[in-house]
Amino acid sequence: MNTLRNFIIRKHGKSRIDITDAVSYIYLVAGVFVMFGPVLWVVMSSFKTQASLFEFPPRFLPYSQNTVEIEGYDSPLLLFKVTLEDGQVRELAQVRRVGLESQLIDPDKPLATPGRPSGDEIYRVRIEKLEPIESIQLAWENYTEPLDRFNFLTYLKNSVIVTMVATIITLIINSMAAFALSKYRFAGRDVFLVVIISTLMIPISVIIVPVFLVITRLDLNNSLWGVIIPGAATPTGVFLLRQYMLTIPDELIEAARIDGASEWRIYWQVILPLARPALAVLAIFSIMWRWNDFLWPLIVLSRSEKYTLQVGLNAFFGELNVPWHYVLAMTVLTLLPITLVFAFLQQFISTGIATTGSKG
Amino acid sequence: MIEGNRSRSMGEWISAIRHGFEALLIGIFSGLMIALEFFINPIQRWVGFRRMAYLFLLPNMAIFGIFVIFPMLLNFYYSMTSGVALFPEDRTFVGTDNYEILADCEDFTDPNSCDEDFFWRAIYNTIVFVFFQVGGMVLMALITALVLNREIVGRGFFRSVYFYPVLLSPVVVGLIWRWILQRYGVVNGVLAQIDPKFEADPVLFLLKGDWPTFWVIMISIWAQMGFFTLILLAGLQSIPGVLYEASSIDGASPWQGFRFITMPLLMPTMFVVLVLALIRSVQVFDQVFVLTGGGPGTSTKYMVQYIYETGMRNQIPRRGLAAAASMVLGGVLFIFTFIQLWLGRKSESV
Repeated sequence: MNTLRNFIIRKHGKSRIDITDAVSYIYLVAGVFVMFGPVLWVVMSSFKTQASLFEFPPRFLPYSQNTVEIEGYDSPLLLFKVTLEDGQVRELAQVRRVGLESQLIDPDKPLATPGRPSGDEIYRVRIEKLEPIESIQLAWENYTEPLDRFNFLTYLKNSVIVTMVATIITLIINSMAAFALSKYRFAGRDVFLVVIISTLMIPISVIIVPVFLVITRLDLNNSLWGVIIPGAATPTGVFLLRQYMLTIPDELIEAARIDGASEWRIYWQVILPLARPALAVLAIFSIMWRWNDFLWPLIVLSRSEKYTLQVGLNAFFGELNVPWHYVLAMTVLTLLPITLVFAFLQQFISTGIATTGSKG
Repeated sequence: MIEGNRSRSMGEWISAIRHGFEALLIGIFSGLMIALEFFINPIQRWVGFRRMAYLFLLPNMAIFGIFVIFPMLLNFYYSMTSGVALFPEDRTFVGTDNYEILADCEDFTDPNSCDEDFFWRAIYNTIVFVFFQVGGMVLMALITALVLNREIVGRGFFRSVYFYPVLLSPVVVGLIWRWILQRYGVVNGVLAQIDPKFEADPVLFLLKGDWPTFWVIMISIWAQMGFFTLILLAGLQSIPGVLYEASSIDGASPWQGFRFITMPLLMPTMFVVLVLALIRSVQVFDQVFVLTGGGPGTSTKYMVQYIYETGMRNQIPRRGLAAAASMVLGGVLFIFTFIQLWLGRKSESV
C-alpha cells in the first residue's frame, strides 16, 4: 500500500531509494530510449552507404566493407579476409565472382598487365572461406551528393526564407493587434476578440478547397508569399502577447502621450521593448510552426523549385524507388535546426506551452 | 603602450560580435519604425489617437479575414455547388445535393452500401483512430506526468525528453518511422535476432492487416504525448502538497488520496487535455500521409485526406463534395472547441 501511495503522491519523506523510485527511474530511462532512439537510429542510418543500408539484420553503427583501388580496374575492389588451402590467412581483393567461387588478387603485388591477372596471380577460393573486412565509415556523400543532384539547396533556401520572413511579419502584426486589444478602449473590441478566438477553431484542414481558390485569385500559387502571409497572423500569438501586454502599466503610455509621443512611437519604443520576453517565446513558436508547416505549402506550392523542405521530402515518395540514403540524410538536416532550438531553448518552450496551453 | 598590447580572449571577441550584431539589428529595426512613422503619424492627426487601435488591428485582421473567415463562408457556398470549375461564379448551385450524396447509404454501418463509400470508410477509420489514439495518449501522458511529478533527480531533463518528438515536423516523424518499420528495418531486425523465422520472412508492418492502423496510432501517441504530459504536469504541480499530508494524517489510504484529492483537482486540466487531444486527433493527416499514404487500400485514410484527395488531387476534383465533407468536419471541431471554451470559462469562474 505504501508503494502505491509513494507513486501517487509526490512527497515520500524517505531518503533511501525504494521500489517506487526504481520503477519510476526504469520508466523514465526506457522513455529516453523510446523518445530519442528512433531519431538516433535515423542519424546513424544516414551515415551508412547505400549497400550497407539494406543489410539485414541491420547494425547500429555504420559499418561498411573496405575497398581498394587497383590499377586497371574502374571501380574499387572489395577486400576480404581469406583462409587459403594451406591454412594461411591473407587480405585479398575480389576481382570477380563465378558462381560459388571467388577470384581474388593480392592488392600489394602489382599485376604484370594491369586489369588482366594471369593464372598464377589469381587465387580461386570458395565464397564460404571469405570474410568481408569491415570498418566504420561515415558516408558523407549521402549529405554532399543531394546538394547538386536534387533541389535540396533550393528547398532549404525556401524554407529559410519562409521561416525568417514569416516570423518577422508575425512578430510585428501580432504585437500591433495585441497592443490595440490590450491598451485601447474602442467600439467592437470584444467582437474582434471573439473573431480571433473563432479563427482558432477553423484549422486549414477544414477550408482546403476555398483557400486554394483565394490563393489562386490572388495569384499566389507557387509563390512563397502564399505560404508566408496566410500563416503570419496567428491567433495564438495575438493572445500570448495580449496577455503579456495587459501586465504593462497604463501609466507608462499616459506619460509618453503627455511627452508628445505618437501612438506608433509608443508602440515601438515603449511597448515592444517591454514585451520582449513574450516576443521571444512567440518567435521560437513561430520558427517551429513555419519550419514544420506541411499542409499549407502542399496546397500552395506545386512547382518543385518552390518547395519547402517538408514538401520536398514528401515528394520523394512519389517516385518508384525511394533513394533512402539521400532521404535519410536530408531528414537529419531538416530536423537539425529544430533539435538545436530544442537543446538551447527547451526551458523557454516548456514555460511557453504551460502558460498558453496551445500549439499550432 | 602596454595597455594596447593586451590581447583579447575568445569570449570577449564573441561578446563584442554579439553586441555589434544586436546593435545592428536594433538599428535596422529603429530605422524601419521611424520610416513608418512618416506614414502613420499623419493618419493619427487625421483620425485621432483613439481610433489608431483599428489601424493597429488592420494587418492581422485583414489576413484573418481573407485567409480564414472569407474561405469559411465560401466553403459553405461551395458545399452547395457542383462541377469542376474552381471559381464560384462558374459553378452550378445544387442545394443540398452534395450532402445527400455523402449521406446516401443503405446501411450506415457498412461503407460498401454507401454511394460515397470512401467518405464513410474515412469516417470509421477516423473514429477508431481517435478512440485509441486519444485514450492511449491521455493515459500515457497521465502516467508520465505522475512519474515526473515525484521527486525525481533530473526532472527537467526527463520532461524535455518526452517533449522532444513534439517539435519534430509531421513529415520528419513519418519518415523516421517509415524507415524503422520498413521490411529490412530495425524492428524486423530485432525480431530476427529473437526468432530466426523473421529473418527469412520479415513482417510488412506498413502493408499487412491491422499493423498499419496499429503503428499509425502508436506513432501519433509517440509524437504528441509530450505536449499533453507538460500540461498535465503543470496541473499536478498546482495541487498543494499539504492536502496529501493532511489526508494521510487523517488515515486516508493512498488510493483514497488519489481518488479524492488528485482526481477531482486534476479534472479541469484533464478535460482541457482531452478536448485538445480530440481536436488534434480528428484532424490527423500529414504524418500518416507520409507514413502510409493512406494505404494499404483505404485502411489508414482519414477525414482530412478524404477532403484533400477529393477536392485537390483527383483527376476530376469534386470540390463541392470535399467542401461538404469539410463542413461535417468543421461541425465536429466546432462542438469540441465550444466544449473547451465552455469548460475554460467554468474553470475560470471557480
